[in-house]
Amino acid sequence: MSAAPKHAPTMAQMSLAERVAPYAPILLVVGLVIAGFVAIPATSSWLTLTVSGLAMGMMIFIMASGLTLVFGLMDVINFGHGAFVSVGAFVGVSFLLLLEHMTGAPNLLWNLTALMVTIVGAMAATGLMGYAFERVIVKPVYGHHLKQILVTMGGLIVVEQLIIVLWGPEEIYITRPEALKGAITFAGAALEKYRLVAVGIGLVVFLAMRYTLRRTKIGLIVRAGVENGEMVQALGYNLRMVFIGVFVAGSALAGLGGVLWGLYQEVITAHMGNQTMILVFIVVIIGGLGSVEGCFIGALMVGLLQNYVAFLEPKAALISNIALMVAILMWRPMGMIPVVKAK
Amino acid sequence: MSDPILKLEGVFTNIAQYHILQGVELTVPRGEVTMLLGRNGVGKTTTLRTIIGHWRAHQGSVTFDGQDITKLPTPAIARAGIGFVPEDMGIFADLTVEENMILAAVSGAIDEARLQWLFTVFPALETFWKKDAGTLSGGQKQMLSIARAMIEERALYLIDEPTKGLAPAIITTMARAIKELKDQGASILLVEQNFAVAKALGDSANVMDDGRMAWSGQMSELTQDAELQERLMGLSMEAH
Repeated sequence: MSAAPKHAPTMAQMSLAERVAPYAPILLVVGLVIAGFVAIPATSSWLTLTVSGLAMGMMIFIMASGLTLVFGLMDVINFGHGAFVSVGAFVGVSFLLLLEHMTGAPNLLWNLTALMVTIVGAMAATGLMGYAFERVIVKPVYGHHLKQILVTMGGLIVVEQLIIVLWGPEEIYITRPEALKGAITFAGAALEKYRLVAVGIGLVVFLAMRYTLRRTKIGLIVRAGVENGEMVQALGYNLRMVFIGVFVAGSALAGLGGVLWGLYQEVITAHMGNQTMILVFIVVIIGGLGSVEGCFIGALMVGLLQNYVAFLEPKAALISNIALMVAILMWRPMGMIPVVKAK
Repeated sequence: MSDPILKLEGVFTNIAQYHILQGVELTVPRGEVTMLLGRNGVGKTTTLRTIIGHWRAHQGSVTFDGQDITKLPTPAIARAGIGFVPEDMGIFADLTVEENMILAAVSGAIDEARLQWLFTVFPALETFWKKDAGTLSGGQKQMLSIARAMIEERALYLIDEPTKGLAPAIITTMARAIKELKDQGASILLVEQNFAVAKALGDSANVMDDGRMAWSGQMSELTQDAELQERLMGLSMEAH
């Protein structure tokens, strides 16, 4: 006689493929790094490109993370997100110029203090601007995607023109703080100091966001709101207030991204935010709308791929990220870690 | 009769060009289980969604505990003391069972004694406390959905088809949970297609047809009158 079946509730046994599936996106990043190692002849070149790719990815992540939450939480398509990147960069430059005596001194502590003041100033300015942008431009067009695209693009153009009015139409060249210039040599590879700092800042931002989203009640509300905003409201939470907070935080992060990107490129223009939006949207889409983890992994893949391909086949670098997006969407049409369900 | 906990007067609700509710009149007495019955598509779910504020009444009024909540936003309605269990359960699949419950404790930390009571009603929740809610079975998700509404005391619970598609053993669990809730003094407005459950739980009944209330009365009147059932719902409860 066979044994009686268990009546206690049990979880269905998952296959190996099902257990590996959640880790597939991060394994793709590891696979990309290994592929780069195999394809690039010199290890030192590979190491330099990997650090450069990670730095670029971290900066794109910082710019994109707010956008993905804004879309996931309130179904708002903000084509004006690039405005915060540009404003962040310009406000940052203004702070760097004010603190020139600190950034020009060959003292790491002074340099980092000046950088932190610059970052805080830029984030405060773009956070405030985000609040005004949400109240004036986004609020009237909730629930209307076409209007959101038109109005937020209009907002972007207005902000770009205001930047030109305030800071002038010319490109502004930035000098990095003295201690962040140059490179260190590791395993025969030249690693730019600034890129290492950018990787560090990106990691801190990611871990802070992850902690907030996973370990705090406000994080739970945001995650639940991305998945089913209607139900969060039915529990008694004012999601509109949460959304404003997320919009402000996302705008401030875009401002931080603008400062870092400006220092990375060492030149800023009023249109720089708009130009980075192509990469930002690619990252948001392949990561999965509303997913911070997906956004992080997508940004790393975009940064690494662009650097590897630019080294191996410069002409193909232009299309490499579009090709990556196509490949990811063919594999997972909702992005690597989809959070927002089809609406 | 004491003041009803909930009263809908002449409620009209439109969804796009569709006029779904067309003058709904509904009274939910305090401390009772009020059944909302009717065939598919007559407006039962829309009635609940209008009460909780997901859809706005274009005309008429919704009064809860003496307060006009017709124009209030959903969070304010919920915080006034209304728990909602939607037809699709509305669980957060990417959150764990624990996180779902933490989120449902709107006023602060989870009341440990109440949680232990919920574990006795729905033991599966304790078993899968740390698991993602999306990995639960349909019945377990429904248990979570109801437990989430019950984690804090509410004056009124709106529950939409809690037994839909569930196995008989789980239906029994659901019915017991709703009865325990009622025994604690809560008022419940329950949409239910399972007439055996409706018969067992309902104190009063309201039958909808074509966006209006076609009949209101005691559940016992409806269960005893096969002709009335046939006329209102096109079938007899005896068949169930």
